[in-house]
Amino acid sequence: MATEGAALTSGEYIKHHLQNLTFGQFPDGSWGIAHSAAEAKSMGFWALHLDTLGWSFFLGALFLFIFYRASKKMTVETPRGMQNFIESIIEFIDENVRGSFNGKNPLVAPLALTVFIWITLMNTMDLVPVDWLPSLAQYIGANFFGVDPHHVYFKVVPTTDPNATFGLSIGVFILMVYYSIKNKGIGGFTAELTLHPFESKNPILKVLLIPANFFLEFVSLIAKPVSHSLRLFGNMYAGEMIFILIALLPFWIQWTLSLPWAIFHILIVLLQAFIFMTLVIVYMDMAHDKGH
Amino acid sequence: METSILFLAGSILMGLGALGAAVGIGILGARFIEGVARQPELMGMLRTQMFIVMGLVDAVPMIAVGISMYILFAVA
Repeated sequence: MATEGAALTSGEYIKHHLQNLTFGQFPDGSWGIAHSAAEAKSMGFWALHLDTLGWSFFLGALFLFIFYRASKKMTVETPRGMQNFIESIIEFIDENVRGSFNGKNPLVAPLALTVFIWITLMNTMDLVPVDWLPSLAQYIGANFFGVDPHHVYFKVVPTTDPNATFGLSIGVFILMVYYSIKNKGIGGFTAELTLHPFESKNPILKVLLIPANFFLEFVSLIAKPVSHSLRLFGNMYAGEMIFILIALLPFWIQWTLSLPWAIFHILIVLLQAFIFMTLVIVYMDMAHDKGH
Repeated sequence: METSILFLAGSILMGLGALGAAVGIGILGARFIEGVARQPELMGMLRTQMFIVMGLVDAVPMIAVGISMYILFAVA
């Protein structure tokens, strides 16, 4: 697959498509958008990925707008197309939340709906052909901003950025800890962390077992947001990577691989959003569960 | 870092992940088919549960694939 293009080798093409549009502080102190992967790395931890932020905000706003319009225009007598579609989505979420969530919290079902639809929309951006939107960004960058097209990086799938997936899962983790403390009290929450799974009636033994219990429970607690976000990230990153690799093939053979992969990827898009949502509901249920 | 070592690292990562995922999902699928054979009317519900568990079994291998792709293409 070592195709030598006029300007880019295949390795450079891949690396170009894997770089986010990074805004941050250069090592010399000035602020701006990075012009290469090395510069982006030198900006450190506090650099912003403008393309991820932009697309995730845009898709979130789109989802809210569509659902808001449907709710404003709804009729009870003769529901039309869009309303039926949205109602079926709401019923699906309702069924899933009822199945797994046994507490009482009006936040969980809207949270599940938001997470599911937003992640589905973000993942679906992966089905747009690899070069279309980045080429458009390069065109706009070259003609309206006077930037060298090779320095315009534009990743359109926010969930391939671990920042986005960690944002989602850390948000869910904060909600989980908040509701755990709210429902069980600080004492109950710490008891869960320090008195399980090795239990004992003897108070001295209880204190002695606290380090072992805490170690196990802490690892299990931290593993939740980490695995939650990296599962989504890994699936989407691998999918996008295979699309980029397929894009390196000549056009007359490309469709034999990209078609089956795109069809399979539709399943992955929905499945990963569904799994994320199910785990959000399960974690919320664990936070509201008073009896261990 | 040596490119050859990085390639080896990425490949081993992906290979072992694939091994684990394949065995795990194979067993899961076999139990699903067994369950449907015993109670065909539960096929829909069992299928949903199978996909949920498949997502969980697949999680760490998928994380491994993500990291391995990163090593193979963005680092090496």
